[in-house]
Amino acid sequence: MSILITRRTLVTGAGLTAAGMLAGCDRLSRNESARELLFSAENFHRWAQRSLLARDALAREYRPDQISPFFRSNGTSNPNTEDYKALWRDGFAHWRLRIDGLVARPLSLSLAHLHALPHREQITRHDCVEGWSAIGKWRGVPLGLLLKGAGLSTRARYLVFHCADMGGPSGPYYESIDMVDAWHPQTILAFALNDRPLKVANGAPLRLRVERQLGYKQAKYLMRVEAVESLSQIYGGKGGYWEDVAGYDWYAGI
Amino acid sequence: MAPRTNDPPIYRHRLPTRLWHWINALCLYVLFTSGLGIFNAHPRLYWGEYGANFDPAWLELGRFPGWLTLPSWYSLALSRHWHLLAAPIFIFALLLYMMTSLANGHFRRDIAFRREELRPAHIWQDIKDHARLRFPRGAAAMRYNVLQKGVYAKIIFLFLPVMILTGLAMSPGMDAAWPWLTQIWGGRQTARSVHFIAAWCLVALVAVHLLALLLAGPLGHIRAMITGWYRVPPARPDDTREKAGEKAA
Repeated sequence: MSILITRRTLVTGAGLTAAGMLAGCDRLSRNESARELLFSAENFHRWAQRSLLARDALAREYRPDQISPFFRSNGTSNPNTEDYKALWRDGFAHWRLRIDGLVARPLSLSLAHLHALPHREQITRHDCVEGWSAIGKWRGVPLGLLLKGAGLSTRARYLVFHCADMGGPSGPYYESIDMVDAWHPQTILAFALNDRPLKVANGAPLRLRVERQLGYKQAKYLMRVEAVESLSQIYGGKGGYWEDVAGYDWYAGI
Repeated sequence: MAPRTNDPPIYRHRLPTRLWHWINALCLYVLFTSGLGIFNAHPRLYWGEYGANFDPAWLELGRFPGWLTLPSWYSLALSRHWHLLAAPIFIFALLLYMMTSLANGHFRRDIAFRREELRPAHIWQDIKDHARLRFPRGAAAMRYNVLQKGVYAKIIFLFLPVMILTGLAMSPGMDAAWPWLTQIWGGRQTARSVHFIAAWCLVALVAVHLLALLLAGPLGHIRAMITGWYRVPPARPDDTREKAGEKAA
């Protein structure tokens, strides 16, 4: 009899422990220093991946027959602001990409100008932080080429990508990368997906491709690339819209 | 009810085994509950390289309820932080445990199957004993039985490594470093599906482990996994196998 009670107590106890642990973890998720520890795991992963990864190691590229039948869009599917609609109406003829900040020669590039520059084409897999993947063929201008043209300062440590869309009520969408990814051969500013000009849902007229990171890094509706020394003065200071708003990892290679 | 015995307790679990057991248990708990939280962001599973809303899913579920997920409210960012904090601890703990257990003979002595254990008659006897809830006593209780070894070996050498290899395969950075990670599974979405299936297999194996613990006398075994010392229940007077084992020992 006593053992029955013991067992029943143990089962109940185990159940309560499991529930209690979850509640405890919930409380930890809200505690400031526990959050710091939780968020610091990103640094380990970035360090580990950057140590394993050759600086120029390429993300896998696929064959044309492996392309997803439909490349879904996510986040903003249309910026829908007056400014954006005006740009869209005349086929982005008046759209310009600004490259400024810590550069010797700030640039202002039209779509026609970008089309005239050397291109790179790559069939890569887009991995969303939510878990889904889509394979698409991107065409665009290697970012490194534009950085050389603009004369990037050696003081620049990050590139901030300013977008035309509001990420949400908290502000416009933006993202940032460091110099390892900025100079990576697969990092391009893409204007075509699957041999067609980018659709509005996929980021027309221009979007970033950083192939070794998750989908939220692939900023759409690009307006401006700003070279900066630090991210702390940009919007919420964490280097990206979702980083500021939801606490996503800035390093999205994980 | 637990038979009292004056036999001195035996040293059953060494420190590395005990340490790893509890670290691993805590990690698996955090990884599973936060993993369900991550799954909730896109509760559909696919085979192959790609898979998104317009592609056919082989499994489509609703969201797992808050009492199963970490945190209990929906937060993909926090679930990922928990998952990515626990994952390296889990991986390095397993690696250290494996190296230590190879070096100190734990695997060879306690986990490796002996030839005579793998005879069908022996396995069948062990199944019958388990079905009758007749757990080993005496000398037989000093070793793991063959079914128990099977569960431990599957967890340590099959499911935990599969979890690691499928988990790493989902990271775009790791894929660029080691492209074989997705290739061995036949695609990132297959790796994600296998990660999900293997996680539930682990839950089933842990459930078996806990059930066996509960039936075999939880207090003595939990104490042994904390202190290392286990008091072996004496052999049943009518059991010749246990007696024989005692003589052999």
